[in-house]
Amino acid sequence: MKLYLKIWRQKDASTPGKIVDYTLDGVEGDMSFLEMLDVLNEELVSKGEEPVEFDHDCREGICGTCSLQINGEPHGPDRLVTTCQLHMRKFNDGDTIVIEPFRAKAFPVIKDLIVDRSAFDRIQQAGGYISVNTSGNTVDANTIPINKYDADEAMDAATCIGCGACVAACKNASAMLFTSAKVSQFALLPQGRVEAVERVQNMVRQMDLEGFGNCTNTGACEVECPKGISLTNIARMNREYLSATLKG
Amino acid sequence: MGILDSKIPSGPLADKWTKHKNDIDLVNPANKRNIDIIVVGTGLAGGAAAATLAELGYNVKTFCYQDSPRRAHSIAAQGGINAAKNYQGDGDSNYRLFYDTIKGGDYRSREANVYRLAEVSGNIIDQCVAQGVPFAREYGGMLDNRSFGGVLVSRTFYAKGQTGQQLLLGAYSAMNRQINRGKIQAFNRHEMMDLVLVDGKARGIIARDLVSGEIERHSAHAVVLATGGYGNVFFLSTNAMGSNVMAAWRAHRKGAFFANPCFTQIHPTCIPVTGDHQSKLTLMSESLRNDGRIWVPAKKEDAIAIREGKLKPTELAEEDRDYYLERRYPAFGNLVPRDVASRAAKERCDAGFGVNKTGEAVFLDFASAIERYGKEKALTSGIKNPDKATITKLGEEVVEAKYGNLFQMYEKIVDQNPYKTPMMIYPAVHYTMGGLWVDYNLQTTIPGCYAAGEANFSDHGANRLGASALMQGLADGYFVLPYTIGDYLSDDIRTGAIPTDSKEFDEAEQQVRDRMEKLMGGSGIHSVDYYHKKLGKIMWNKCGMARNEKELKEAIEEISALRKDFWENVKIPGSIDSKNQELEKAGRVADFLELGELFAKDALHRNESCGGHFREEYQTEEGEALRDDKNFKYVAAWEYKGEPKDAELHKEDLVYENIELKTRSYK
Repeated sequence: MKLYLKIWRQKDASTPGKIVDYTLDGVEGDMSFLEMLDVLNEELVSKGEEPVEFDHDCREGICGTCSLQINGEPHGPDRLVTTCQLHMRKFNDGDTIVIEPFRAKAFPVIKDLIVDRSAFDRIQQAGGYISVNTSGNTVDANTIPINKYDADEAMDAATCIGCGACVAACKNASAMLFTSAKVSQFALLPQGRVEAVERVQNMVRQMDLEGFGNCTNTGACEVECPKGISLTNIARMNREYLSATLKG
Repeated sequence: MGILDSKIPSGPLADKWTKHKNDIDLVNPANKRNIDIIVVGTGLAGGAAAATLAELGYNVKTFCYQDSPRRAHSIAAQGGINAAKNYQGDGDSNYRLFYDTIKGGDYRSREANVYRLAEVSGNIIDQCVAQGVPFAREYGGMLDNRSFGGVLVSRTFYAKGQTGQQLLLGAYSAMNRQINRGKIQAFNRHEMMDLVLVDGKARGIIARDLVSGEIERHSAHAVVLATGGYGNVFFLSTNAMGSNVMAAWRAHRKGAFFANPCFTQIHPTCIPVTGDHQSKLTLMSESLRNDGRIWVPAKKEDAIAIREGKLKPTELAEEDRDYYLERRYPAFGNLVPRDVASRAAKERCDAGFGVNKTGEAVFLDFASAIERYGKEKALTSGIKNPDKATITKLGEEVVEAKYGNLFQMYEKIVDQNPYKTPMMIYPAVHYTMGGLWVDYNLQTTIPGCYAAGEANFSDHGANRLGASALMQGLADGYFVLPYTIGDYLSDDIRTGAIPTDSKEFDEAEQQVRDRMEKLMGGSGIHSVDYYHKKLGKIMWNKCGMARNEKELKEAIEEISALRKDFWENVKIPGSIDSKNQELEKAGRVADFLELGELFAKDALHRNESCGGHFREEYQTEEGEALRDDKNFKYVAAWEYKGEPKDAELHKEDLVYENIELKTRSYK
């Protein structure tokens, strides 16, 4: 395949960026999207040019490091995959592909396609945990039976990989899906109920402080989420938040 | 032997850890506030250690090259975590977990360490449940288990196919709680460039801020390296792209012995390589071997027809298939340990029975499982005489519930539907049992420098059993290191903060700068990846699943020559003082080019076959590994002496007081 790539290049956070055109030949369908960029970078390095920098690590869809807005969609046109698991067989010979970083005020660009998603860490630090010491001196794991449906639903929420696609997909750059996934995981488990009131309040406060937008229920986040995190989590977080506010 | 003191406590095996905890010195809570600890790496071992040490009151600084601690490669572990809970009532016990691990490791690990691991395994599950880790449960609300290779009980706890993710996020949440309290300072997108020794003790690190390019000095009273394994020395592996040996190797160069580097695990069930563009390999969880049957065609002509696309695997009659693991190892069948399963796949493919275009793939078939589950489901759903279509439909639903995410991943990568046609799999580099030599306290041969998790060599011997990496990482991080490090730090309560303006820090920083200047100064012909791929080819072909003297000697020479070429000719664009991914890669590959040579040297000196180390010269007539306990029942710990090939061997004899050494048999 021959592809026409339009890629966002930006030296650093303080320098304005721009789209640069590249033509890449010899792309195979079995390549992942990132392997296609590897091939481009190999070409650039051999010409003495600086390669396109992008975030990536596990390349098996679980670490949440890779991002990329591909033709306007976070993680590209395929559903339920991250960019590293997107394969070039989804594209055709002669296609033009626009590759940009995730766009959000709370995700400033670091270089080229790399953005700073540390706002997500700070939301988690505000309350995304259960305050139990790691001494191991807790009760036996089977002391509290947990209904299988609740456990499974908590697991579904917990599979969020923190990639930020939800924010990039949202016209308001809202982080509600991300935040609500963690709130939901703990809200559904008895261990998490103890601190439920403080948790939702603290995490939502931090989310707002980071400059993420509000949720207007368009559902774009759910569609683009590579892990299929459900919009139900946002409803659950709203309920938790309202009830926490009433409890004061 | 003198230098290597494993510090194994005296007394009966089952009492050693308790006794040791009672005997070692503690640091009182007020004094902990005056002690700083650096933790490099934030996976299961590092994240767990950082959180626990901060809880105890130490001031902790964490470092990771990723943009968040949550991205460490522990996250990719799929299948599960072992614990001797015996919830299934199938005869499990601490002793049995201990025994299975020693046997699985082919009798090349320390009894005392492994027993401790088994002893704390149950606590890990308790701890993680308390943290809100959503393990799989049964309808009664109790925790569910599955089976893994090399054992005869069900002791593996799991969270769908994402157990590593859930455990890591648990450790990450424990870290976040301490970050929020100000007890952990997290330095993300930072790489450790060197270890700093003051008066022979580890007292800090030189780190590079990967965003600004700035070189930083960080001091501490102790340094914990939890930086994972070195599987990426093979270029293609199931490790993350950034996984590297830099921190461990820098410590090795400063005096930490490197143990058993040749003990590498080649995982039997990975998606086969498709072409030269391939950047990494993807694992299909071992849990699939619970239900998948591994086979190749029994006749070569069928294998050829399948390779050429003239025959579909589903068209091949039952009697024309060779379920070679079930044939060779009837007792364990498809659930033999990883090293055995990998070698058996290689043996069939080398003999010409491979099933994909490259001839390097075997089938992992779920048809029997789908039929079995379908029949059972039909019965429990009240369908008395189900037709074949109904059985298949119901069976596929059961298999989807168990392994859905793995099947989806396979389909995305390979573009074939594994419910309808067997998966193709082939072994790939996955885990490294070797690593920094540590004593019972997890301290390396450098005082104050500790190694935890995959970065150390301690618990898995020559082969790791499935679902034991997560167990070891969390055991080290949550339950072992936080105790043992106190014994060392109890001498440091009056030391005060370690200054970073000393001559030792000056020198270490200068060395780091010089090294980067030298990397950037290459005359510029080839990219970093060019060298990494070449190294990977040498490693895979000559230090891979089967090794021999001739090729190992060649590998040592070839790697040495490649390293020389690399330093002269590598091409790195950009600058040192800004974000530069090529420079990051170059630093890592430079260390792999040294480690690879030591790896080959270690493999060459070990004239036996054991676990993941298979020397062609040492095998039985049936092709099974031939261990030599008389001459090689020891840990090979290498001391750095300049060129890797000049490394000096130190032996730690392994003493078995509780287990009788036997030839491993899974027949």
